[in-house]
Amino acid sequence: MRSYARTMFVGALATIVLMPRMAAAVDLTMYYPVAVGGPVTKLVDDMVGRFEKEYPDIKVTAVYAGNYTDTMTKAMTAMKGGQPPQLSVLLSTDVFTLIDENAIVPLDDLVADKAWFKEFYPAFMANGQIDGKTWSIPFQRSTIVLFWNKDAFKEAGLDPEGAPASWDEMVAMGKKLIKKDASGNVARWGIEIPTTGYAYWMLQALAVENGQRLMNDAGNEVFLTAPKTVAALDYWVDLSRKDAVMPTGTVDWATLRTDFLEGKTAMMWHTTGNLTAVKDSAKFNFGVAILPAKERRGSPTGGGSFYIFKSASPEQQKAAVKFIQWMTAPERAAEWSIKTGYVAVSPAAYETSVMQNYAREFPAAIVARDQLNYAVPELSVHENGRIYKFVNDAVQSAVTGAQKPQEALAGAQQQADRVLKAYK
Amino acid sequence: MHLIMTDQIIITPRGRPKQRPHWWWNAVNGWLLILPAAALLVAFTHYPIVATIRHSLFLVRRNGTEVFVGLDNYRAMFDDATFWKALINNFWFALGTVPASMALALLMALWVNRNMRGRGFLRLAFFTPTVLPMIAVANIWLFFYTPDYGLLDQLRGLFGLPGWNWLGDPSTVMGCLIVMVIWKEAGFFMIFYLAALQQLSPDLEEAAAVEGASRWYTFRRITFPLLMPTTLFVAINAVINSFKLVDHLVIMTKGGPSNASSLLLYYIYEVAFTFQDSAYASTLTVVLLVVLSTLALVKFGYLDRRIHYQ
Repeated sequence: MRSYARTMFVGALATIVLMPRMAAAVDLTMYYPVAVGGPVTKLVDDMVGRFEKEYPDIKVTAVYAGNYTDTMTKAMTAMKGGQPPQLSVLLSTDVFTLIDENAIVPLDDLVADKAWFKEFYPAFMANGQIDGKTWSIPFQRSTIVLFWNKDAFKEAGLDPEGAPASWDEMVAMGKKLIKKDASGNVARWGIEIPTTGYAYWMLQALAVENGQRLMNDAGNEVFLTAPKTVAALDYWVDLSRKDAVMPTGTVDWATLRTDFLEGKTAMMWHTTGNLTAVKDSAKFNFGVAILPAKERRGSPTGGGSFYIFKSASPEQQKAAVKFIQWMTAPERAAEWSIKTGYVAVSPAAYETSVMQNYAREFPAAIVARDQLNYAVPELSVHENGRIYKFVNDAVQSAVTGAQKPQEALAGAQQQADRVLKAYK
Repeated sequence: MHLIMTDQIIITPRGRPKQRPHWWWNAVNGWLLILPAAALLVAFTHYPIVATIRHSLFLVRRNGTEVFVGLDNYRAMFDDATFWKALINNFWFALGTVPASMALALLMALWVNRNMRGRGFLRLAFFTPTVLPMIAVANIWLFFYTPDYGLLDQLRGLFGLPGWNWLGDPSTVMGCLIVMVIWKEAGFFMIFYLAALQQLSPDLEEAAAVEGASRWYTFRRITFPLLMPTTLFVAINAVINSFKLVDHLVIMTKGGPSNASSLLLYYIYEVAFTFQDSAYASTLTVVLLVVLSTLALVKFGYLDRRIHYQ
């Protein structure tokens, strides 16, 4: 009798102790980068929580590791330290580096039906599909858009509904939008294009609009000294140095949204991922437009995609696919887009009723998606971290007047050529 | 620093029996006693240094294999404009922060060493920047330096001056960081000076007063020379800190614009972790190591002998 009681007791204890373990059979750690304002971490936590409720046998821990560069750094360092995450959202452009480092697996063999890949916008898949394999699934994706302050436009005697359609128009409008205070100092600038953080991204937008691509498909060559790339940087530098519609020195990526919200600049170029954060705190009417054209319209795509790490166990990789499928399903993509401003990654998301209602009352929400028609893949080559630094440094040298655009870009091209030589 | 010297006389072997243990037993004993410290030192200081030097002579392929390349990494370093920029920046950064923060520290220490009302509060106020984490400090100062609506530009606005892009302009970014670091460091060094001042015998000052020496003369000929050991200690620490402090760069400038505010250690971080180039990072680390050990050699080999310890 006593032994029976003991068995019962031990059995009950085992049940209590083992229950939660059995429920969380697969643990996943996900690194997640945050590059915009607004409560992004809360949104992701909330989605993860709902996923876990639906799939009680999978537990996902989201680790927020700073901006894209910081998160990539953390992922690479963790991998070298032997404890990489099982999945991560990283820049879609980090794909070459991740393949070179032998860090990730293609998703082709992990999914039951490859038709899934076709559900996404091809423009977002472009960066992640190399040599016929699919290495990433888009999630936190964007294009660069032009935000403009309609009240400021009205005050300056411009049509508040008309965003600049060309480079020249943007300068002309910028000049009218400049406002000076009593002592002759500028109280409001015409336009600000950020030169810290992701300067290469903005340069690529200008180059594309000028009809020049920045890299080849193999990811082992960049075209920084092409005349049209130089002309693009010339235009950017002239905005502050010749036309005086943009402040001199660097324009900070992180505080630019505040500049716009404080009315310090009438227009800004920024990621559409900031849209909802701007909408929630703007005390004036504002509009969102696709970027103005020189030879053509255009913007690089941007933002992060899901990657699955090679070192994860087969069960973990399968669970990661489930998680990614859940996160990118049309309803969730629509919800994510509404709450942040990022572009929903599949056309089906824009067919959902919630998205259609939202777009009806807030048309700015679909501008970035419409720009996909003109979009090109973001600058992505081998040794991406290094190349980005060369380009960012060149842009900063030029806008601060330390070097002429031609000279700065020639320096960056030379450095890039040396690094990329190994991949030819 | 001053306390350690007195205890050493006590351990004479006076009461012990005549027959001593073998001489080697003493040696073994000694080695055993330093073993824990030595093991830690070797594992966490000496071995990494040797490994870093070795690693700087190799090239790491993406697949993990190492290739011996001799001094190639060093040659690449000499051609690397960013390295020179960071090194020269670091020189100016040290020159800007070290003397100024030490002078300020001494001034503050002299001030709060006197008997006066609110002394405790003043000491606390001076020491507060030291207690704050660098990341928090950087965020606060980031707001000061924000163009147009930052604190500094709002003050300039009161006088009708235009806004200035403090951190976004290569001509001002370094100065801005230097001012912030002086503010952060001075309070810490003040504590050392204050401690040293309290150790000084008041007799000397009284004697000087009896002799009719002015306060400046007393400071110059009595107080300051007696503070020299502290000054040396603080100076070495300040210089080392000027090579070690890079946290603020991560928050404020990321080394920009175009490396105008990059420091050697920050560049090493970028190369090692953003570019994932551990071999070249090792090469840069060796340079940092040489700089810092030269400083240590100057201290122990030259300066220590010329300073009067009480």
